[in-house]
Amino acid sequence: MSRLFALAAVAAIAVTGPARAAVDIVEVESPGGVTAWLVEEHELPFVALEILFRGGTSLDDPDARGAVNLMTGLLEEGAGELDARGFAEARDDLAVSFRFDAGDDTISVSAEFLTDVTDEATALLRTALAEPRFDEDAVERVRAQVLSRLRSDAEDPGEIATETFAAKLYGAHPYATNGRGTIESVTALSRDDLVAAHAGTIARDRVYVGAVGDITPEQLGVLLDTLFADLPETGAPLPERVDISLDGGVHVTPYATPQSSILFAQGGIDREHPDFFPAFVMNQVLGAGGFGSRLMTEVREKRGLTYGIYAYLAQKDHADLLIGRVATANATVGETIDIVRAEWQRMADEGVTEAELTQAKTYLTGAYPLRFDGNGRIANILAGMQIDGMPIDYINTRNAKVDAVTLEDVNRVAGELLNPEALTFVVVGQPEEPAPAN
Amino acid sequence: MFRALLLTGLFTGLAGWSASASAETISEFTLDNGLEVVVIEDNRAPVVVHMLWYRVGAADETPGTSGIAHYLEHLLFKGTETLEPGEFSQIVEANGGSDNAFTAWDYTGYFQRVAADRLGLMMEMEADRMINLQLTEEVVAPELLVVLEERKQRVDANPDALFGEQARAAQFMNHPYGRPIIGWPQEVRELTLDDALEFYETYYAPNNAILIVAGDTTPEEVRALAEEHYGPIPPSETLPERVRVTEPPQLAERRIVFEDPRVAQPYLRRTYLAPERDAGAQEEAAALTMLAALLGDDPATSYLGQKLQFDSQTAIYTGAGYSGVALDDTTFGIVVVPAVGVSLAEAEAALDETLAAFLEEGVDSEQFERLKRQIYASEIFARDSTRGLAQRYGAALTSGLTVADVQAWPDLLQAVSEEDVIAAATDVLDKRHAVTGWVRPPSDTAAALSAETPTEEVTQ
Repeated sequence: MSRLFALAAVAAIAVTGPARAAVDIVEVESPGGVTAWLVEEHELPFVALEILFRGGTSLDDPDARGAVNLMTGLLEEGAGELDARGFAEARDDLAVSFRFDAGDDTISVSAEFLTDVTDEATALLRTALAEPRFDEDAVERVRAQVLSRLRSDAEDPGEIATETFAAKLYGAHPYATNGRGTIESVTALSRDDLVAAHAGTIARDRVYVGAVGDITPEQLGVLLDTLFADLPETGAPLPERVDISLDGGVHVTPYATPQSSILFAQGGIDREHPDFFPAFVMNQVLGAGGFGSRLMTEVREKRGLTYGIYAYLAQKDHADLLIGRVATANATVGETIDIVRAEWQRMADEGVTEAELTQAKTYLTGAYPLRFDGNGRIANILAGMQIDGMPIDYINTRNAKVDAVTLEDVNRVAGELLNPEALTFVVVGQPEEPAPAN
Repeated sequence: MFRALLLTGLFTGLAGWSASASAETISEFTLDNGLEVVVIEDNRAPVVVHMLWYRVGAADETPGTSGIAHYLEHLLFKGTETLEPGEFSQIVEANGGSDNAFTAWDYTGYFQRVAADRLGLMMEMEADRMINLQLTEEVVAPELLVVLEERKQRVDANPDALFGEQARAAQFMNHPYGRPIIGWPQEVRELTLDDALEFYETYYAPNNAILIVAGDTTPEEVRALAEEHYGPIPPSETLPERVRVTEPPQLAERRIVFEDPRVAQPYLRRTYLAPERDAGAQEEAAALTMLAALLGDDPATSYLGQKLQFDSQTAIYTGAGYSGVALDDTTFGIVVVPAVGVSLAEAEAALDETLAAFLEEGVDSEQFERLKRQIYASEIFARDSTRGLAQRYGAALTSGLTVADVQAWPDLLQAVSEEDVIAAATDVLDKRHAVTGWVRPPSDTAAALSAETPTEEVTQ
């Protein structure tokens, strides 16, 4: 029998904002001891599953960079009794959709299947997770695709900016290099490397599951045990936290293109930090607020220097950043950087106005419930909440946390967090008046 | 296997499977001023998507003013008699919503996603900017720079997009589908406020628009609100008939070799002129949709993937794409990314042999049934996204189709026979109607690039 915990107190908590999320989450623990969060939604006859394994490409053996990524790409290229073609045919026979992705901190598995093939879809997905074959022809085929992607990355200004920045920021941490590996490292990966990457990452001690749709808690319990019973209990140790280093300079990577791609960043703030919500609201005004943000107003609306500019607080498992991006003509790189720095300074010195604060809070609290509009999207959020350590009633308390932010909080945190001296720019392009790299 | 690992965007604009929601959740009616209204009910979340689609796009522009439909779309956010520039989006955001707009060859659309109880406010503002747009040189001039930066970002900084523009221009010798939606740069630079206003006054009217509301609402509520906000706007008496020049007979194969040092991965793409979905006559388009899936959907099960990626290691990626939603003739596209050591000429020869073999062998019945099961499932998955459903109806209705056509489509796909697929393939896969493009780095830089390690790109 499943043990059920109905922890979501939906009706009891008042949420401000124009709409509220009608999301009733229960925690399900399977007979075999795997927990998952479930939203039952029986209107459409299908189930969306989101499965996250903490660790991702950061668990690569330093001598086998790219192994986790290549391994993830091979999970549905032959498993159990089926070779790659047989697996694809079985998947298509059931009309299920699987998606496997490897990121810096997680391997994600997304699945959608019709209710009437729940058992068959679960059994097939189990083989992909527990018994991938890594057949030689499949390895070579997917390896060639990864190598092609790496060659494309090397010619993509946005990707070059990302990699240049990562190398500067993270020193010897795995975050410092492309999780897909390099041409050399991927070329050298052996089948043993893939087997080791699989054993180190796809384990029960690091799995988080969100399920939404036409399935009961009891059925989900059976599904969880089928999926995960054959996985090892533990995987490879997770990396340490990394101290980021930023020099406040402008670094130019020459690249022949009419428009420069610019990435800028400084240190961020952890979601658990008491000042997280003030920082989040502050950045809504500074760079995250779409057309209304200060950066968008100054760089796009007033001067027409770009199609888009934004900044966001990024919480990686082992580092926190405030990151922004913009692309502008080579002739206007200097002007754009000057404006970004000036807006950083203005926000640090003066903070936001009462009107900006109200507008940001109204938007954030109003927009939040609109996220929960589709089984796949909700499953994704449920798994994300768990891996980020949020309580199961977070959805019902989150808007109150935004509303509790005061002008004093925001302006104090703006002064403490924003550091124009540390704000560092990487420019990929041919800026006409390159600012000096230091 | 990583899907869409490479070259994502090659088939931008070519959607995948179509599927409609069940008929009982869709309603349609027309206001006295000619505004068509479609309501898609989905009460799972207290959210609505409000979309206003105009039956005008880049293919309706006067020659010489390419990009005006898209520029005007940007300018619709720049104020009315009662709203300041930018205030539209600010009000949407202050209500917790998000908004944006899009332009294509056959349509221009504006949408907001908001809490269901804000629907009336969205209609009030959208109706306002249908007739009361107020623009000044001061606000439109920087926006033209924004559009030029958008062009740089989307097209000039992206060799795949640049190639796509050239290939389209070669495909459509006479029809305006050959011009880019965002416009040719030398023409975009010269666009004026007067150009925008003339386009606005000609095409923005209730009898040239379709209102789609999807989400937690009812037809009765939508009708009452639409009557209140859009109802008072008079129809245009001078709306031009939507007639476009047609393609001359295409008698000769066209070929493009597009070289750019930023191309890291050479590939070939061929697009064949192909019929679109027509109201009441969607059968050939249905067969072409099945053909695209059979040839190039999933590499492990599709014909091109099996022959070129599995049975031989000719390619590292293959794909085929077709979307029949267009007012006029459209294209059927195939992409092959050759494996290392395989030249574009060899890859193309292998593609031609494979296509000939497909026509010879006929359709694999087992795979055909598998695809039909997937289409059935995809209809159900598609109902999970109200925004996606709204998009489907809006695109179809601005492209000459009706609600009934959209609803008939899944059944038409199921009804396609193996013979229909081969007949459509025989008809369309004719190189005299095709543009074949080779995309590669210039030969001298190819050698230089391959000698270079990626880390040498990094800053000093």
